[in-house]
Amino acid sequence: MNNKFAERKYVIQAIFIAIGVLFLFRLFYLQIIDEDLKIAAMNNTTRPITEYAKRGVIYDRKGNPLVFNQVAYDLNVDLKEIKNIDTTELCSLIAISKEQFIDKMRKLSYADPSFQKQISPETYAALQEKLYKFPGFYLQKRTIRKYPKPIAAHVLGYVGEVSDNLIKKNPYYKSGDYIGTLGIEKYYENDLRGQKGVKKMLVNRFNRIIGSYKEGVYDTAAVDGLPLMTTLDAELQEYGEKLMQNKKGSIVAIEPSTGEILVLVSSPTYDPNLLVGRKLSETYTALSLDENKPLINRATLGQYPPGSTFKLINGLIGLQEGAITPETRFGCNRGYTVGNFHMGCHAHFSPLDLREAVQHSCNAYFAATFRASIDKGSESTETRFNKWRDYVVSFGLGSRLPSDYLNQETGYVPTVKYYDKYHGKGYWKSLTIVSLAIGQGEMSVTPLQLANMTAAIANRGYYVTPHLVKMVNDKPIDNPEFHRVRKIPIDSANFEVIIDGMYNVVESGTAAGGKLKNIPFCGKTGTAQNPHGDDHSIFIAFAPKDHPKIAIAVIVENAGFGATYAVPVASLLIEKYLTDTITRPQMEEKLINANLLKSKNTGEKTAGNFQ
Amino acid sequence: MRKQQGIFNNIDWVIVGIYLVMVLLGWMNIYSAAYNPDHASIFDFSQRYGKQMLWIGIAFLIAILALIIEGDFFSGIAYIFYGITILLLLAVLVLGKKVNGARAWIDIGGFSLQPAEFAKFATCLAISKYLSAVEFKIKDIKSVAPIGALILLPVVLIMLQPDVGSDLVFASFVFVLYREGLPGGFLLYGFLAAVLFVFTLIIDKVDLICALMSLCFLSYLILKKDIDTTIYFTLLTIVSSVICLYFLNHTITIFLSNTIGKYITIDSPDILVYLAFFSMLYMMINVLINRIPKDTWLFLAPLAIAIVMVFSVNYAFSHMQQHQQDRINILLGKKSDPKGTEFNIIQSKIAIGSGGVFGKGYLEGTQTRAKFVPEQSTDFIFCTVGEEWGFVGSLIVIALFLVLLIRIIHVAERQRSVFTRVYGYGVASILFFHLAINVGMAIGLAPVIGIPLPFFSYGGSSLWSFTILLFVFVKLDAYRFQVLR
Repeated sequence: MNNKFAERKYVIQAIFIAIGVLFLFRLFYLQIIDEDLKIAAMNNTTRPITEYAKRGVIYDRKGNPLVFNQVAYDLNVDLKEIKNIDTTELCSLIAISKEQFIDKMRKLSYADPSFQKQISPETYAALQEKLYKFPGFYLQKRTIRKYPKPIAAHVLGYVGEVSDNLIKKNPYYKSGDYIGTLGIEKYYENDLRGQKGVKKMLVNRFNRIIGSYKEGVYDTAAVDGLPLMTTLDAELQEYGEKLMQNKKGSIVAIEPSTGEILVLVSSPTYDPNLLVGRKLSETYTALSLDENKPLINRATLGQYPPGSTFKLINGLIGLQEGAITPETRFGCNRGYTVGNFHMGCHAHFSPLDLREAVQHSCNAYFAATFRASIDKGSESTETRFNKWRDYVVSFGLGSRLPSDYLNQETGYVPTVKYYDKYHGKGYWKSLTIVSLAIGQGEMSVTPLQLANMTAAIANRGYYVTPHLVKMVNDKPIDNPEFHRVRKIPIDSANFEVIIDGMYNVVESGTAAGGKLKNIPFCGKTGTAQNPHGDDHSIFIAFAPKDHPKIAIAVIVENAGFGATYAVPVASLLIEKYLTDTITRPQMEEKLINANLLKSKNTGEKTAGNFQ
Repeated sequence: MRKQQGIFNNIDWVIVGIYLVMVLLGWMNIYSAAYNPDHASIFDFSQRYGKQMLWIGIAFLIAILALIIEGDFFSGIAYIFYGITILLLLAVLVLGKKVNGARAWIDIGGFSLQPAEFAKFATCLAISKYLSAVEFKIKDIKSVAPIGALILLPVVLIMLQPDVGSDLVFASFVFVLYREGLPGGFLLYGFLAAVLFVFTLIIDKVDLICALMSLCFLSYLILKKDIDTTIYFTLLTIVSSVICLYFLNHTITIFLSNTIGKYITIDSPDILVYLAFFSMLYMMINVLINRIPKDTWLFLAPLAIAIVMVFSVNYAFSHMQQHQQDRINILLGKKSDPKGTEFNIIQSKIAIGSGGVFGKGYLEGTQTRAKFVPEQSTDFIFCTVGEEWGFVGSLIVIALFLVLLIRIIHVAERQRSVFTRVYGYGVASILFFHLAINVGMAIGLAPVIGIPLPFFSYGGSSLWSFTILLFVFVKLDAYRFQVLR
């Protein structure tokens, strides 16, 4: 028996045990100490699949959809899986050239896997059948906006891809997500977007999905966006856009008692369906290069001198301040003359009282009224001016309205500081700034402010901030601003005097051309002087005279005297809104056919005649 | 001498019990690793777990057969069986089907067999047979040469397939030979050679050789037991090196590039080069002054061998196939390729590491379910254990193996028959090597070499060959009372 080396069994056993212990140490480290491996395991086996939420549908005030969603498919690429594909066949399927294919492949990344956005339904059908031939390519379901009628583009805004800047600021958004970029889509983004869902899917080592992770306990379902009901009247909006076609300008109509915006037209406009998905950037560029600037919302960004419409405010201030009474008469001999100063006026009988002055839009009368308001009592011009200005500002002029449409300009109501700087402190008096009496000079308003001002007059002394959305998810909107009555510190009796004058404007004054048979309505024409070209035609109105249902402001750029274009537009809209009929098809037809845009060929305007 | 009464008489129930537990655990883990929800039954023969049940059934028959056969049959048939295996290894080179680049499998009547699996058993038997007749002496060429031939013949044939994993297992016989009288130095030098082998792959060869020279000098001085001289020469070496490095480096570099620089490209010498140079210089001076050339060779000879080894390993490595180089480089941390070769090892570590203390629970392993680890029911079966049973499960499995190995050695040592003892050590060594390489690979301590984990991995050939290996030993042990010598 060879037992000389029997002791060596201990050496061998020791080696066996040593290796076993070494393994256990290693396992202890891997399984208990090293946390990285557990995280790696989690990342390894799961892949988050985003479920995009349906964006909320936007309705008009009667429940007609203005925007809804349509299903679109993006062709995405998973770079990990892509291999050996027949490039030629794929290119012909999605109708791109080989160069485009190479270019697209180069731009792909794991963060942004989209290869071709919103492929057409035909391509989708053809592609789906053959997709198995192109490993790595898959179709991602998305929803994009669809507008049943090409209206209210500016109000609704559009939905675009989220910018890199915002992705950094807001972790909710990921590359390729859509976000409301303008208008209602932007202001109500959080309501409309809903909540993206994430499905954690178990994947195998080829990154192929093999089932849901832990039966979906970590999944979050996509929550669809909330439906919005806007204050817009789609039919009226469409009609307004039609009347304004081939003209520059805007219409804003408000329900005076609630501040709900019924119509908000900016012309020229564009088909919102053009600013959807894949076409967006291309169309946007084309639109932004258009010389008529269709992308600009003139109703909120356009700033115009209010012209004669502002005489109403001066009349109201004069009455409230006791500078005049309804019976006060001022003479007018084709204008207002003080020393060397002369402000022209047109031919009418003289002297006029306040109601007649409104009816005939007498410059001299309101120049005198304005001066009487500023110069009343023993206070300084500055103090009186500030008081005057407070009245003006109380109508919502001179600053952005706290509305749900963000893209507004402020308009301008001059300040003491401004005049001190312009004329020198103490070197200006009421006569120096008398152009404010007739809404000219430094002063400017936006059409939205003008409509709101009209609503305040219609309400005899208050307004509710004009807004665009009345219901979110079938519940009245909870923004307190939209339920708050903003009082104007002028007695309602004073408003009645001005309104009488406005009634006469339509009955037998400057807007008689827009008179309606059965609807007593009140209005005021205006002409905004335009140093760059023909004057802008302005008309503000509300109807009916008592318990008004609609207040409206119309501006038609470069259309001359207020009555020419703005009056028939407002008149037709009021008739349509209140009676749902059009009794003057001729007027309608002429308006629709009128083209005030500079023709690219001749540079001439082709104007209709409404005298 | 007792009369034999039944096949289960005198068998070692510890070994058999552990075997049964392991085979059943293996089957359970294969079920989890290969789980197919469309064929969820563990008895579904279209799936690996169903097939494994069949293989286990056959393995039990083989075990019983091994117990039925007379104990002296194995010693008698050892050379014949070895011969048959060699023929099969030759046949597989000609008739075998190529799977994953290796001609390792042979079809026999519908079954696929892997002759390399049986070659381990056959070689083990043959060595046992030879050593039971001839006492192993390292200086006796008559005992060394046949043993070497018995081991090398299958190694060469398997290398031709090629199947590196199976070949490595034959290195396990070093334990058997050590037990039978191979000088311990071989084990030690083998270990040192392995360390040097690893260092050769990690460290630049010039640096390594310089370090070896310095180390040689230092051990020479220390072993001389002359403390004054040691300190004196160590300081002298360091000071000389530093002076050269900081004051003469430029001059020396220019000198070198003007002389030997014409023949080989040289970098500016660094501190290691100077240390090695002065080590060797002072060693020579010391030898000349003290005139003690005799024991100097004890240090210079291993140094020379080490240097030769460094060069030959470097040469061999650079002539390896790319994927083998990659595997070794990844293991050594010199190369990272998480999507390619390194993928398996990373996924394996992730699966095991994600198990935590108690694991994710049976059939709950996410990595296993998602099939992240390739070959998980065969070579990487330990991942399933690690992920689903955690550290506790891994500990139990490793403990089971260690208990089995120690039990086998214990049982081997109680034999009167040299044949059985040598055979027992062979069994333990083969199982140990499989365990070490397979688990070491799964936890990132050994290169990716595809060899199965005994009793756990899926596959008929490996299960049967391990069963034969083990149960022949159980039988030989049960038979020990009928053996006189």
